[in-house]
Amino acid sequence: MSSIALPKTANADESRADNHLALLKQVCWFSTDHKIIGLQFLMTTLVMMMLGGALALGIRWQLAFPWEQMPIFGQLVAKNIEMGGQITPEFYTMLFTMHATVMIFLVIIPVLAGAFGNLLIPLMIGADDMAFPMLNALSYWFMWPAIVCFALATGYGGEEISGVRGGMNAGAAGGWTSYPLLSALPEAAPGSEAAQFWWLLGVTFVGFSSMMGSINYMTTIINMRAPGMTLFRMPLTIWAMFITAILQAFALPVLTAAGFLLLSDRVFDTGFFKPSGIVVNNAAPTIGGGQPLLWQHLFWFYSHPAVYIMILPAMGMVSDMLACMSRKPIFGYKPMVYSLVAIAGLGFIVWGHHMFTSGMNPFIGMTFMISTVMIALPSGVKVFNWIGTIWGGRPEFNTVFLNCVAFVSMFIVGGLSGIFMAAVPVDVYFHDTYFIVAHFHYVLFGATLFGVFGAIHFWYPKMFNRKMNEPVGKLHFLLTFIGFNGTFFPMHLLGVAGMPRRYANPYLYPYLEHLLPMNQFMTICAIVMGLAQFLLIGNFIFSWFSRTPAGRNPWHANTLEWMAPSPPGHGNFDIPPVCYRGPYEYSHPSRTDDYWPQWEPPGPGGDPKPAGH
Amino acid sequence: MKWFWCIFFMVWPIVAVVLCLIAPSQGWWFYSESVNPLGRRIDHLFYVILWITTIVFIGTQVGLGYALFRGAQKTDAGDASKAWHSHGRHDLEVAWSIIPAIILLFIALYQLDVWAEYRVTDAFPRDKMEGVLKRLHQVRTPKDSLALAEVSGRQFEWRIRYPGFDANGNLLPLMPDPQPTDLYAVNELRLPSGNPVMINLRSLDVQHSFFLPDLRVKQDAVPGLVIPVWFATDSPGSHQLLCAELCGWGHYKMNARFISESEEDFLKFLRELQQAQNFDGVTQASPP
Repeated sequence: MSSIALPKTANADESRADNHLALLKQVCWFSTDHKIIGLQFLMTTLVMMMLGGALALGIRWQLAFPWEQMPIFGQLVAKNIEMGGQITPEFYTMLFTMHATVMIFLVIIPVLAGAFGNLLIPLMIGADDMAFPMLNALSYWFMWPAIVCFALATGYGGEEISGVRGGMNAGAAGGWTSYPLLSALPEAAPGSEAAQFWWLLGVTFVGFSSMMGSINYMTTIINMRAPGMTLFRMPLTIWAMFITAILQAFALPVLTAAGFLLLSDRVFDTGFFKPSGIVVNNAAPTIGGGQPLLWQHLFWFYSHPAVYIMILPAMGMVSDMLACMSRKPIFGYKPMVYSLVAIAGLGFIVWGHHMFTSGMNPFIGMTFMISTVMIALPSGVKVFNWIGTIWGGRPEFNTVFLNCVAFVSMFIVGGLSGIFMAAVPVDVYFHDTYFIVAHFHYVLFGATLFGVFGAIHFWYPKMFNRKMNEPVGKLHFLLTFIGFNGTFFPMHLLGVAGMPRRYANPYLYPYLEHLLPMNQFMTICAIVMGLAQFLLIGNFIFSWFSRTPAGRNPWHANTLEWMAPSPPGHGNFDIPPVCYRGPYEYSHPSRTDDYWPQWEPPGPGGDPKPAGH
Repeated sequence: MKWFWCIFFMVWPIVAVVLCLIAPSQGWWFYSESVNPLGRRIDHLFYVILWITTIVFIGTQVGLGYALFRGAQKTDAGDASKAWHSHGRHDLEVAWSIIPAIILLFIALYQLDVWAEYRVTDAFPRDKMEGVLKRLHQVRTPKDSLALAEVSGRQFEWRIRYPGFDANGNLLPLMPDPQPTDLYAVNELRLPSGNPVMINLRSLDVQHSFFLPDLRVKQDAVPGLVIPVWFATDSPGSHQLLCAELCGWGHYKMNARFISESEEDFLKFLRELQQAQNFDGVTQASPP
């Protein structure tokens, strides 16, 4: 083995891969190749991110300029909402419901597990593809029925196409949590009619998609690792994907079941969530003996682990990127793995912290409070380890590194604001105010999306054999970071001031009137941030046509994917990879290079004992 | 350029802290101090956690910034030294697991009694509530409800049911089911101030949430459940009551008032309500 030398730079045999048209054709058609499926997921989620962002700007417009005509966006949908571009309260409820739905189910979960999970898992463990390539393709294509269902759930196209009476004014309006009875009784709101049905069907389809992916990831990671790739030589990205897959496999069935129970309450008039004798909107009294709180338990039993599904893979990828960019081993590899496991384990027993004010037994609230407070521990360990990783490193301040540092910096804010809401009495005040909106945007956008932006720039050379444009990447980062903090940091203060979320017009209340100028400032920041995403999309497209190939290992990284050609052909590796050491041997004192790839055979006499253990 | 980024990552936490410091003077803070004694203990918990998190926030951001500065120095031209090859330190991991664990456990245990008093029915200030009812001359047995009103959320208003008076003009206890003597009001909840009072919270249709920001009180109204909620106000006053759980397109306009007044005024209000409710519409002209 030691006689085999890898070509270090791009050469003639890799020029075939520069055939953009061929790659594009593959991406636009059915493929069972995990890299193509990853790209399909990535491109779909980027488009969905822009759509979800547009919905968010609609929300921001109404909060800054209530009941005023919305420019551009308003004209586009004006004929659907029939108010000449003015946002109606029904349209507003649809906006925030679908913003959350699109961002969670069609952007964050698929971009992490779908796009980067697919792209990276086989490459990083040295496999030639996923364990079940066809299942993998199915998991992508099941996204499309979900996208269609969610589009119908907005009421787009009106009654002729979606069956939603009232078009976009009657889009799904139960919030992404869809608490019954609002979601269980069609009479409860315009959006609870056909739109709510489409919404539930859409969630079921994304559930199928995630489930197929998660089974595939677990099997692949357990069975298909390259020789020498022991569990504790796996990069943290793979650990995170593995644990995420387990979370998904155990939590998702509960949501799917709950979704079917709610559908059955709606369609067959069963009584899982409906108490008897409730009169909504002068309809006939309900018949049943159900309990609306049951939905909250079932929903959060999935959706709280789902919160970790939405962050763990980003944590793993950021760990890998930070180590590579700081030219330093990750600080505390095993504590990082154990903290991932601890977060996932505790993640299953904290769902009740979404229900502190719901009227469940207050003693259960105490239990959930203790477990919720404890989940801050492994999160804290991870933050300290990331700072430890940068400490004493030789970082190059490129787009990847900046996005990763932003991830750490923003995750600290999101983690700390979580402690306020873990404290039950304090949560009583902050529950359903803008404080919680600030909290989860800091975690899901501030942390996860900055991690994803970093990951796009980091693995782009592996996808397309080109590097993304650095100045544009940095400008995108700068604008996004400023726009993000300008939009979401003031939300903490709105929360302290007691501004409830999901209000079409909070200024109806005298004690909130003076917050209008602040909301206008936030909306301007949000628009800047939204426009900045066009830089990312443009950079993503135009960097493809850059002339300089990036080669196999442009970042001088250690993990196995950088051994494969860029982009890897079908079957990934030209030489079957063997893993000789852990993934983080950067700046080893015994070597002249500051990296030591996992695939490089040891010299005579084997590896010297790594220092610092 | 690397120095720009180092400063950039240091500037934003400073801006954040300054923003929080000036927030109270700009009105971007609690609208007022809580008028509810239990609410003030919630505020106190908030400030305890705010101090702890602020210290951690500053500490971690400074640590991050320092690591960035040192890293940037290493890549200066002429410095060819490698990064520090370290896989971590066990003692540090132990330290930063145990110290936060102690702080977190402190936060968890420190708040338990506030939560218990707020929600656990056994810890409710029963004596004080009974005292109020006694001073209102309620004819009651120990088994009767302590609640002075039943508040029901409904799309998109708050309906309030008070107990009425018996034939002798004495206040009756609140019964679980509506009684012929009951008195009704919409979007205006009046209760005695000065002592703890309890309401029964219900929903007539979908889920709502009873939110009194000035009192730091929030409780979901769940269809099919009757949930006891208690609170107190120091002195008579008028406070905002609104809905905090999405209940449909009109969620934002469940605007109501909570008025706390002296016990005599409360009784007077109930009697006026009774008169208004029993008013038959015939106004007698004064005798000639």
